[in-house]
Amino acid sequence: MNHYETVFILTPVLSEPQVKEAVDKFRTLITDNGGKVTNEENWGLKKLAYPIQKKSTAFYAMMEFQAEGALIEKLETDYRRNERVIRFLTFKLDKDAIEYADRRRNNKKSKEE
Amino acid sequence: MAVAKANNNEVRYLNPVAVEVKKKKYCRFKKAGIKYIDYKDPEFLKRFLNEQGKILPRRLTGTSLKFQRRVSQAVKRARHLALLPYVSDLLK
Repeated sequence: MNHYETVFILTPVLSEPQVKEAVDKFRTLITDNGGKVTNEENWGLKKLAYPIQKKSTAFYAMMEFQAEGALIEKLETDYRRNERVIRFLTFKLDKDAIEYADRRRNNKKSKEE
Repeated sequence: MAVAKANNNEVRYLNPVAVEVKKKKYCRFKKAGIKYIDYKDPEFLKRFLNEQGKILPRRLTGTSLKFQRRVSQAVKRARHLALLPYVSDLLK
């Protein structure tokens, strides 16, 4: 079970429930195929550094999960098929990245308390 | 006025040539003990970019090879996700 981190960008024309539904769709895809989502962040509407598909703002969503290698192929084909997602990035976390992610998740949790 | 006596190769300057003192460059990641460079916060990465948004070379920033590669990978990921511009003329 490798650690992965994925960030995907959704078009700004979506309404809030549609964004939530898109994020849920990918989360269920991961959990259904034996993955485990460890952390999830939604950065909301952000200004892009350069226009993508003639749009200058977009919704960002980040997910950190553990899964088998085969799931990534399925996840990425889903990204490509979904026309709401305009850009995505998925990569494997190495040991420094895992430690950094844990530390980041812990102090985020401590901040919320 | 340069004193022109003595043999010709001895040139006297009025004021000594300002020899640029060489500041010992250090890798800020090794010193600070940072292990992983996060691509998600563009503010931190901007310190490694020049005005046009290009990655600064090691000879200017003094970072070690290992961390320069991580910085460039993080910058490229941030650019892919539009957190950082590929080219920008304004002073970021």
